[in-house]
Amino acid sequence: MRDLGGGKTMARYLLLRLADAVPTILLVLTLVFIAMRILPGDPAIAALGDMATPEQLELFREKMGLNAPLWLQYINFVWGMLTLDFGRSLMNNQSVLALIAYNLPYTIELTIVAMILGVGFGIPLGVLAATHRNKAADNAVRGFSLLGYAVPDFYLGALLLITFSLNLGWFPINGGGEGFFDRMHHVFLPAVTLALVKAAFIGRLTRTSLLEVFGKDYIRTARAKGAREPRVIYRHGLRNALLPLTTGIGLSTLATLSGSVAIELVFNRPGIGKLLISAISERDYAVIQGGVVIFSLFVVLINLLMDLVYIVVDPRIRVQ
Amino acid sequence: MTVPLLKVDNLAVEFGPKANPIRVVDGVSFEIPPAGAVGIVGESGSGKSITSLSILRLISEPPGRIVQGRIEFNGVNLLDLPRSEMPDIRGRDIAMIFQEPMSSLNPVMTIGDQIGEAIKLHEDMPGEKRRERVIEMLRLVGIPDPAGRLDSYPHQFSGGMRQRVMIAMALVCNPKLLIADEPTTALDVTIQAQVLDLMHKLRRTLNTAVLLISHDLGVIADVCERVVVMYAGRVVEEADIRSIFRNPQHPYTRGLLQSIPKLDDDRDRLYQIPGSVPLAGSVKKGCPFYQRCSLRIDKCAQEMPPMFSFGPDQRAACWVTAGQADAKAKEVAL
Repeated sequence: MRDLGGGKTMARYLLLRLADAVPTILLVLTLVFIAMRILPGDPAIAALGDMATPEQLELFREKMGLNAPLWLQYINFVWGMLTLDFGRSLMNNQSVLALIAYNLPYTIELTIVAMILGVGFGIPLGVLAATHRNKAADNAVRGFSLLGYAVPDFYLGALLLITFSLNLGWFPINGGGEGFFDRMHHVFLPAVTLALVKAAFIGRLTRTSLLEVFGKDYIRTARAKGAREPRVIYRHGLRNALLPLTTGIGLSTLATLSGSVAIELVFNRPGIGKLLISAISERDYAVIQGGVVIFSLFVVLINLLMDLVYIVVDPRIRVQ
Repeated sequence: MTVPLLKVDNLAVEFGPKANPIRVVDGVSFEIPPAGAVGIVGESGSGKSITSLSILRLISEPPGRIVQGRIEFNGVNLLDLPRSEMPDIRGRDIAMIFQEPMSSLNPVMTIGDQIGEAIKLHEDMPGEKRRERVIEMLRLVGIPDPAGRLDSYPHQFSGGMRQRVMIAMALVCNPKLLIADEPTTALDVTIQAQVLDLMHKLRRTLNTAVLLISHDLGVIADVCERVVVMYAGRVVEEADIRSIFRNPQHPYTRGLLQSIPKLDDDRDRLYQIPGSVPLAGSVKKGCPFYQRCSLRIDKCAQEMPPMFSFGPDQRAACWVTAGQADAKAKEVAL
């Protein structure tokens, strides 16, 4: 029954959004390129060690294209990234693409589970707080949120790890797991760690947006036509509060991605964050480059996804 | 005399902390006969909207609360009903439309769904029939191509059209009473006239009683048979339309009438009642209009005047005019 504003306008909107993403991606690539060039330390020395002879270093630079003029390096770099040719790890000569392909699913898995838990707890908490404004439930949710904001995720992760994995032995201590159930078993604690902050943030946001929506005239209209409270809250209230919530959830997803760096390290599980950290400590420029680019692409992708969700949530964007 | 459809009796509404409440509606009484039309007129802050919201018990508590009085609908005191029974009455027996058509419709639901929801809440009707009913209702309120507009969203309608949609939504369950709180205030004058015409037409076809809230006596005269004049939370005069215009008894009503611009006016400045409405609940003693009244006597500052009867269809709360009319005016027992 619901018309999504005609296939044509929809497709046009999507194309426009995609076109918007292109300069963003180019900008990201340029920034990564510049950052890698201004980092202190010589990648050749970093890769071959202090004992390398000048000839060996020269050979390495030639091989890596580090001797070419900067603009040529830039074009080669951008072209390589766009064709997903991230080069090979300076440490073990593995294809960076293969390293990313192995690690990426773990990070995505962690992000998705953390988001599901965070949103799944955050929204009901927010509804509870908004519908019991200034009562005990609201204060309890406020306390929880404060805690969620205040406790650093790596610290909470360590606490959970010590309690549930080390002492109680309910969850594995490290690794990513094999097969769906084992992987879910492995991802649970790290996801809960990230989800606590999510839930705190989304809970607050839900409360604020809902309270604002509750003051709107159409909520009074809904009551005046005989809708009971649950219907008023969920169908009319929450449905409208979803607009600001979408933005918040999108931003929070981005935060989860960056949060996963520390969490993957604490729980010693594979993932892009872990890959990046070890690459940085080993000055594995090729891997750092690939990892940062993939991370950035994710940010662009999530922004694009948010735009799509907006279309679904807000008819006013849909029909224009 | 017929049994009234709605009888509001000595209603009082307070806001703010219980220890230091502000009484924004005090001792308000009026009646609406079945299929009748009554208007409430008053300035902003006179308590007319709060009165209308109280009937459906839509005042948010806290901070507001109804502290005394009865609201009888078909003989049942709505204030005695458990809160959980009010939704059954809202929309089905008593429907309400509001001042702001731009913001009174849910922006993320199609208007077909919003009107359909009103039916779904009160009647067991299969989807196809419900759809037909919605289309029929939209046609009745004058939306062109109603079947084609079902899936439109509120932002695709103009203000006047949205108010028509609101009216369609309010009347779709055939309520016995429609409360319209400033339904035309936010609209252009031409659209205002169209919406008033529509309300006229619907009253005749559907036999719905109307309680029309407005600050505009002209609008009320257009639709209603009786009018209740409110000032600072109190009813100061109540009469049939003819008496109000021909022979207003309360100085405030007289002031209101004088400040209506007339086509053959050659005054440079319009009349205005001197002073401004006292803050809600600030008048503790005497007549709330005392400060601005041109007829005031000392007694007015001391004692709140009761309602005096000026003939069968007119009552007003004024010591002075009641004294002038003395033989005929009788104090009405509350």
